[in-house]
Amino acid sequence: MLGNRKRPMNAARKLACVVVLAVCAVSLAANWLAPAGYAKQFREAPSAPPSRQHLLGTDEVGRDRFARVLYGTRISLLLAPASALVSTVLAALVGGLAGYLGGIWLRLARGFTDLFLSLPWLFLLITVRAILPLNVSPLVSVLITFLVLGLLGWAASARVLSTSADALRNSDFVLQARASGLHGSRLFLVHVLPNLKPVLYAQFWISIPVFILSEANLGILGLGVAEPLPSWGSLLRELEGLISFREEPWRLVPLLLLMVVMTSFQLLLSNQEASV
Amino acid sequence: MFIRKTLRRKALLSKIVRHLASIAALVLLGGLLSATLVRLAPGFDADERDLDPSLNAESVRALRQSRAGEQHILSFYAGYLFGVAHGDLGTSHALGQPVQNLLRERWPVTVRVAGLGLLLAWLAASALAFTACLWRLPAYEILGTTLSGAFLCIPAAVLALLSVILNAPGYLAIALIVFPRIYRYSRNLLAKAYSLPHIIAARARGLGEVRILAWHVLPVAGPEMIALAGVTVSIALGASIPVEALCGLPGIGQLAWQAALSRDLPLLVNITVLVTLVTLLANSGADVMTYMLKPREELA
Repeated sequence: MLGNRKRPMNAARKLACVVVLAVCAVSLAANWLAPAGYAKQFREAPSAPPSRQHLLGTDEVGRDRFARVLYGTRISLLLAPASALVSTVLAALVGGLAGYLGGIWLRLARGFTDLFLSLPWLFLLITVRAILPLNVSPLVSVLITFLVLGLLGWAASARVLSTSADALRNSDFVLQARASGLHGSRLFLVHVLPNLKPVLYAQFWISIPVFILSEANLGILGLGVAEPLPSWGSLLRELEGLISFREEPWRLVPLLLLMVVMTSFQLLLSNQEASV
Repeated sequence: MFIRKTLRRKALLSKIVRHLASIAALVLLGGLLSATLVRLAPGFDADERDLDPSLNAESVRALRQSRAGEQHILSFYAGYLFGVAHGDLGTSHALGQPVQNLLRERWPVTVRVAGLGLLLAWLAASALAFTACLWRLPAYEILGTTLSGAFLCIPAAVLALLSVILNAPGYLAIALIVFPRIYRYSRNLLAKAYSLPHIIAARARGLGEVRILAWHVLPVAGPEMIALAGVTVSIALGASIPVEALCGLPGIGQLAWQAALSRDLPLLVNITVLVTLVTLLANSGADVMTYMLKPREELA
């Protein structure tokens, strides 16, 4: 298989991998670590500082901030890969097929991806998000947010995939397969698609941090996941009421966690980006 | 010589024409897609006035008839295009004002904030990238990489919030959002240029660093940096949404955010088409400039 040589992982990348896995594991254990849940209100202690009962204090309506961080991390970290999967599949369909078919299909696909890429990402996101209903249940809002990210985030990956598929179409082994009588979907599925796998994996992993940041931006602007469900976006929105860092430094925990996870992704992906 | 000049001018002209044609095609297609999305959005034909008890049945029927022309997507889009051709971009549902007036009022704020942010980001990033390549100090490079990496990890909206908390101006937030992208790309471009054999040879012969930069590095890295400038316009405009919305700056970004929250689709679609047009113009301008700066030998 072309370009599938594995590179050794350095210490920084190993550490980044451990950090991402640890954060995922802790967020998955939210039910045991914070049994009270993300929506329970402790009405006797609104805006409370950290204590043994509430490790990161409570928010304005008395919800445990530690529980909300754990559940919010779970939502953001599980659904961003789901969006990345949707966008990578779409990119493979549009870019991979267009590159494989070539000619007018490739030109059409490139024109369409250019149109998508020329739209500023955040403008496109808020336009499409606003077109869909805003007054929906929290669960539907989660699905809409991450589906919108997945359905709109395919263009850059499709551009890369169309170039790779175009190069494969003209490669010697594909020409030989054609000469041997292999055509159509079988040629694509047996010879082209397996060789696109490294690019597909790279695009999938590159999309995850982009979608995490996009969800955070949408959440802060009030166009993301609806209350009371937490996500990194809605948790970061709480920073809006912060007057100074010294007064309530524990409110910066979601931001620090997001930065740690994003830095880990950057370290993990530095190799992937170089290989594309 | 004269023939080469004429050919070059002709090629440049055809490049400009091609760019303008593709911009027109993309804007028309983008407008059609936007109009389709607006038309198919849930609650498109619903109007609050239908529920107004002060209106009688005849008035409600008249209102519905006035919206009947918007039922078909193509006729809706044709009507929209006709309006645009006559300078009428429609009326904002939420603000009750003509869209063109709103855009005219808000555009200068965005141009100022995004422009200052871009300028600051370019100055800081290129200064850091140039000095990192000139001095080649590992600690300095680590500082630049860490700084840009940290800003890449923070969502644009959080940087806007932090600028509010720290009483910093909005353009500084835009500068911090754009800075890491410019730094990383230009640092790589310059490092690549400095590793070229003729530049290593020039250094070995004792040519001054300023002379090397001006005569040998910039001609190599310059065209790609101009292309990057086109892309950064799009990033700065995108960043203007959270920055203007959270810093309370009355620009296009804040208008787009308000339109999104109130589902004012005509306004939102017009803003998106306008911003796309500006982005395309910036990218095409950068492309034409890159072409003009390319050495003659390369073009030949």
